[in-house]
Amino acid sequence: MTPKFNRYRGTSSYIASQALQNDVNVAIALGRPLLIKGEPGTGKTLLATSIAEGLGTELLVWTIKSTTRAQDGLYVYDTVQRLNDARFGDHDISDIKRYIKLGKLGQAFTRAKQVVLLIDEIDKADIEFPNDLLTELDEMRFYIPETGETIEARQRPVVIITSNAEKELPDAFLRRCVFHYIKFPEPDFMEEIIRVHFPDLEKKMLQEAIKAFFRLRELDDLRKKPSTSELIDWIKALVASGANPKEIGRQLPFLGALLKNEQDYHRVHEGGADSRTVKRPTYFR
Amino acid sequence: MFTAFFYTLKAHQLPVTLTEWLALLEAMRQGFAGNSLVSFYYLARSLLVKSESFYDQYDLAFKEYFGGLEVPEALFDELLQWLSEETLKRHREGIDLSALPTYDWQTLEKMFRERLAEQKERHDGGHRWIGTGGTSPFGHGGVHPGGIRVGGESGNLSAVKIATARQFRDYRKDLILDTRQIKVALKKLRQLRRTGTRLELDIDSSIRETCKNAGEIELVFHPERKNDIKLLLLMDAGGSMLPYARLVNRLFSAANSINHFRDFQYYYFHNCIYDYLRTSMVAGERVATAHLLHILDSSYKVIIVGDASMAPYELFMENGIIDYYDRNETAGIDWLERLAAHFRHIVWLNPTPPKYWQHPTVSAIGRVFPMFHLSLAGLEAAIQELIRPAH
Repeated sequence: MTPKFNRYRGTSSYIASQALQNDVNVAIALGRPLLIKGEPGTGKTLLATSIAEGLGTELLVWTIKSTTRAQDGLYVYDTVQRLNDARFGDHDISDIKRYIKLGKLGQAFTRAKQVVLLIDEIDKADIEFPNDLLTELDEMRFYIPETGETIEARQRPVVIITSNAEKELPDAFLRRCVFHYIKFPEPDFMEEIIRVHFPDLEKKMLQEAIKAFFRLRELDDLRKKPSTSELIDWIKALVASGANPKEIGRQLPFLGALLKNEQDYHRVHEGGADSRTVKRPTYFR
Repeated sequence: MFTAFFYTLKAHQLPVTLTEWLALLEAMRQGFAGNSLVSFYYLARSLLVKSESFYDQYDLAFKEYFGGLEVPEALFDELLQWLSEETLKRHREGIDLSALPTYDWQTLEKMFRERLAEQKERHDGGHRWIGTGGTSPFGHGGVHPGGIRVGGESGNLSAVKIATARQFRDYRKDLILDTRQIKVALKKLRQLRRTGTRLELDIDSSIRETCKNAGEIELVFHPERKNDIKLLLLMDAGGSMLPYARLVNRLFSAANSINHFRDFQYYYFHNCIYDYLRTSMVAGERVATAHLLHILDSSYKVIIVGDASMAPYELFMENGIIDYYDRNETAGIDWLERLAAHFRHIVWLNPTPPKYWQHPTVSAIGRVFPMFHLSLAGLEAAIQELIRPAH
């Protein structure tokens, strides 16, 4: 393996599994977007921050909403501003370039140094959205008809795309990506992750909290299983309140930090996390 | 190189394309697989497999292709003795890694077989024979950067072992269904139509009207697009459905919590649909099936959930109804056919696996409605059927 290939190795604040490091490096070396999927709260978005930090470069974040169009990421031609300026006649409107505002993708292309571009939650957008970006992500350039300019990437940005699988992504788009699914961490790996966030945490406390956490996750009728980020919040609360490690598993203090759904909350409170009794589903009651 | 692996993947129904395959070859040419099968396992997976629901098939294919290398039984025990722990440590120091030759997998496999055939005795610390330590690519505890491990422990799991563990079995689409997945599938059930008050700015018409108006801005509004789907869910709550209660419950709660249907109605039945349906499982009110056919127009999309297996008379005979105090003047099968004739889009979801569908009543019902397995793949196929334009 060349040193040039092995560019990303995780950072002190983010632990990446070997497989994830490999996939990040493959994506960087091949110049293809890296598509990241995984349960909510497994650090998909944080990964981009960590890559930027690891490569010592800037991070641009393009957060996708249901109304986002592919065009927004390239450039926006602010016609309303130009119309407004034309009406009041106090600006020079002959130069269209003044009204072209580059989107996040456009900005990433024009930076002199290679940047990391995070396209966050791509599945929020319209189902055709990824297809509209195919050529731009492939060739790393686009054309602005209004000015006759072509914006070309000076340095191919490292593109990280996250998805929560709300919509299926088009095949043509998937073919061009490197794909990684962040698996929910096993208890041992979870311990490492928590260590990064709480280097001084008492060992007993750490183990008890993780034990209680994984026991909660095993209850399979929870509507929303707690995730890593919620575990971190919970431990924060436990530490701040000086909870007794021996009592954590039984009392589950600050349960609200782990369970965000009212039914789940009641479910655990009534049954207790220890109880394995499965209630009869409402369907047959 | 490896082309057979490509076809093995295809045989396991992974949607691999040539583009992706070429990308993998390019990555390997640049040396990204690092001559280790573990790296190759992850590299190939990240470039060829684009959904976690296919990880399991990938593991199976990988195991099939690369797992074939097995040391013959009798030789194996003897080999393991040569490879015991104690002999290991002495041989590890002072080896220059970069000076070692590396081999691709096929060469390696060939060499391994040859050497197995040639080798006559225990061997430790050398650079050729199968043994512990040393720099031979075969054996364990050694430091050859790409080789075949025989027994012992590796710092990394061996690639085939990773594949064999099949950690992603639960992510297969054809096996499990949770509420969220059902929701994602049901979301595909939509037909957008503009209905209601005019709230949204119609840009195209506004521009057209503004131009007609010689530049004086004229705004045109049109109604928002809303989902026009009306859904009718009919669920079997008979005794034989008990094992699937949780699954059906999930389907129901997913459909119920999606509020983008224009109308959503649900009823329960017992084994088969007869003259009456029930509004809930507890003693529920009765609703005449004929009445439903009267008030619900044919554009309702209908999903019937049931195992479809019952005693033949329950389906084919008048008064075949299983509930002792009820009578049905029309046989169940006739009711089903009436439903099929009334609604343009109707599917039957069966939670029992298709291999049990040979049962007489199941196949009879399967001839009335398109029947799908209540798995994610089956549900998706059923929804495709529901949104298919009516002929």
